Amino acid sequence: MNNFMIKKEQWLKISFVVITLWFIWFANTHFDEYTVRILNNIAIFIILAVSYNLINGVTGQFSLEPNGFVAIGAYVAALLLVSPDAKQYQYAIVDPYPFVLTLHANFVVALLLGGAFAAILAAILSFPVFRVRGDYLAIVTLGFGFIIKILAINHPEVTNGSLGLNDIPEFSNLYWTGGIAIIAVITVLNIINSKFGRAMKAVRDDEDAAIAMGVNTFKAKTLAFCTSAFFEGVGGGLLAALLTSISPDLFDFFFTFQLLIIIVLGGLGSTTGAIIGTVLVMGGSEWMRFLDEPMHLFGYETAAMPGMRMVVFSLILIFIMLFAREGVMGKRELTDILKWRKKGGK
Amino acid sequence: MISVKNLHVYYGLIEAVKGINFEVKEGEIVSLIGSNGAGKSSTLKALLNSVKKIGDINFLGYDTRNHKTHTLVQHGLSLVPEGRKIFINLTVEENLRMGAFNNDENYEHLRDTMYELFPRIKDKRHQLAGTMSGGEQQMLAISRALMGEPKLLMLDEPSLGLAPKIVGEVFEIIMRLRDEGITILLVEQNAFAALKISDKAYVLENGKIVMNGVAKDMIGDDTIRKKYLGG
Amino acid sequence: MFMQQMVNGFSLGSMYALIAIGYTMVYGVLRLINFAHGDIMMVGGFLGYFGIAVLDLPFGAAVLLAIVGSALLGMASDRVAYRPLRSAPKISLLITAIGVSFFLENAFNVFFGGVPKAFPVPAYLENVIDFMGLTMPVSAILVPIITAFLLAIILWVLYKTKYGMAIRALAFDVGTVNLMGIDANRIITLVFGMGSALAAVGGIFWAVNYPSVEPMMGVLVGLKAFAAAVVGGIGSVGGAVLGGLIIGFTEVVVIAFFPELGGYKDAFAFIFLILILLFKPTGILGIDFEKSRF
Repeated sequence: MNNFMIKKEQWLKISFVVITLWFIWFANTHFDEYTVRILNNIAIFIILAVSYNLINGVTGQFSLEPNGFVAIGAYVAALLLVSPDAKQYQYAIVDPYPFVLTLHANFVVALLLGGAFAAILAAILSFPVFRVRGDYLAIVTLGFGFIIKILAINHPEVTNGSLGLNDIPEFSNLYWTGGIAIIAVITVLNIINSKFGRAMKAVRDDEDAAIAMGVNTFKAKTLAFCTSAFFEGVGGGLLAALLTSISPDLFDFFFTFQLLIIIVLGGLGSTTGAIIGTVLVMGGSEWMRFLDEPMHLFGYETAAMPGMRMVVFSLILIFIMLFAREGVMGKRELTDILKWRKKGGK
Repeated sequence: MISVKNLHVYYGLIEAVKGINFEVKEGEIVSLIGSNGAGKSSTLKALLNSVKKIGDINFLGYDTRNHKTHTLVQHGLSLVPEGRKIFINLTVEENLRMGAFNNDENYEHLRDTMYELFPRIKDKRHQLAGTMSGGEQQMLAISRALMGEPKLLMLDEPSLGLAPKIVGEVFEIIMRLRDEGITILLVEQNAFAALKISDKAYVLENGKIVMNGVAKDMIGDDTIRKKYLGG
Repeated sequence: MFMQQMVNGFSLGSMYALIAIGYTMVYGVLRLINFAHGDIMMVGGFLGYFGIAVLDLPFGAAVLLAIVGSALLGMASDRVAYRPLRSAPKISLLITAIGVSFFLENAFNVFFGGVPKAFPVPAYLENVIDFMGLTMPVSAILVPIITAFLLAIILWVLYKTKYGMAIRALAFDVGTVNLMGIDANRIITLVFGMGSALAAVGGIFWAVNYPSVEPMMGVLVGLKAFAAAVVGGIGSVGGAVLGGLIIGFTEVVVIAFFPELGGYKDAFAFIFLILILLFKPTGILGIDFEKSRF
């Protein structure tokens, strides 16, 4: 019976991938531009969410890093993708450094370098933060996001300061975003199911016990953090090549906050949950746009309240933490649920 | 004074105490003995509603379900916790003050009584509690609990980490407390010391009570001797 | 010129110190980084603004409104959002704190608008006086003096009153406090109230000095104040003050002597934080949690 069940799981995974690939092709050829744009966003956020979930949900280390690492990936990719001519004319604050004009790479390399830069910075941050027992990761990553923004604004010779970078070639399409999303999900799942993943979960469940059992908690935390950073960097590059223009304001705290809601809603620790959460929040976010506009309530017209959407978001987060902490999936994956069904429920 | 029926204690999915019954009558010294992990500490914590439990606990005639820990303490149920848990960052005297936090009128009188009972503590009254020896900390922990004028005093492993001579001193104090009218519930790994001063005892093994009776009789019992008294 | 910067440094450092105290006290009893604390500072500033500009109150009354309102808000946030999660995993608490923080920022954004509002500073505070050969507004000199006074009050409460003793005991272990027949939860809420009151004063100082209020004003300040608390020694009130002064001074003095570093002003706190985590994680006053606190 066991062998049969394992084969079933493999089939399930393969069919998911195949269906997703087919869906990507179908969407790309049949859906309108607006929908495709949303799907691209969802795919990128899936990459970000499943990796953010790795450090927060699987390893249990509260971090606020995404906006910083996504920014790094976006800027690195943008600098490598924007053509020298386009660079020449858009640096309006000061002239760019000469080496900036020579930076060039193809799309894959740009994405990989963006991820690599992010991962290296993550490794550097890991040393002071994970070496000590304490809750400093959140504050350090929060500050890190601010620092990246400060750096981006204060070095216009490289980043064009507050004006940001434009004319990034629009390389991102559903094949890229969807394909990399599939890769990211598979990679993250493989890590979670490996001995590294078990170490990460041990750190989350009881760090003292893990240390006592000889688990190298520093290594586990650093690995989770750097992997998250890598995919966040790649996601940043994809985002840059989708939006075709980026600026320091884009990668603010709300960016991280959205991802936080996503993984909490989906279930901290569940990759499936992160995917579900992304769809729900991205979709819900579009739908909730009306909150920022003038509304007709009970016959009265209220004025436009920009920011109301954010208020509702924060209340939703608080509500989930108080009353539905598990989110949609808790720590479980889709495969866990199906196994449960097979066993006849327990 | 306190009667416990069908007590179960859970830590997450693990059941540490699996349905036990016992009672402590006024003026008695009752011991719960058993090896490490048998569920003794969990039982005491459950009596104060500090851990998740199921069961009927009747203290001084009323059902303790749904009462918060601090309310139960205010009504006379006190615990000297495992490891003593004195406030190491407070002075000795401040620790005593904490014990009588809600008792402003009687505080000084109670405090002076403690200093008479435990002269070694009086010497160090303005020192940080963390600087005292193990035995002194145990005295402080007990006197701090006494500051609350408890009706039922529970002690969780009072002999832990103490030299044998100090253990003797501590247990003598416990007997004196009973003579002063305080009912005692004692949890101990040191079965011999506990049985010697107790009236009744219950033996806990893997969360269940496997034996109970008059303490003096149990000292002589073969099974007890082999398992808990070193044969 | 140097003296001028010294006073400015003291002023800024005092503001950071006031907010850092709240962070360090809540962390001391709950091991929680209350992300919403910086936003309480903002609320204090806004309540002051509201009192003067909308309710037409005299300055003193508006300050009182700010302090009481912020204290109540801080205590309410504990009752509603944090107390139910006392036994939940730590990460839940941190996430909730972020949620409360974000909520406050955006609620005030919706209600008051994101454009900074000029804070109506009473004339007597704007008076420029001659102080030891410098010409400075009264407010710049009052800030450190009032802060020192408030610090003395806090220390007096902590070390000379019953409830202050309970707060220190809480920092050792919450469960044991309950064993004393004390409702630890009530004391914890009290800590939130005290910290929030101080943050409100910091918010008023900020509003008077800049002089404006806007919904995001607590974000960066809060971050730096927490860094200050860690640098000085988390869990220690003295440490919070020391850390606040260090960061405040550094920001003012470095910019005064190296104006080209102006854009990096906000990075110093972060740099100090990383340095202290690398070399002395328990902070300058190095309170070892196992041995003592505050």
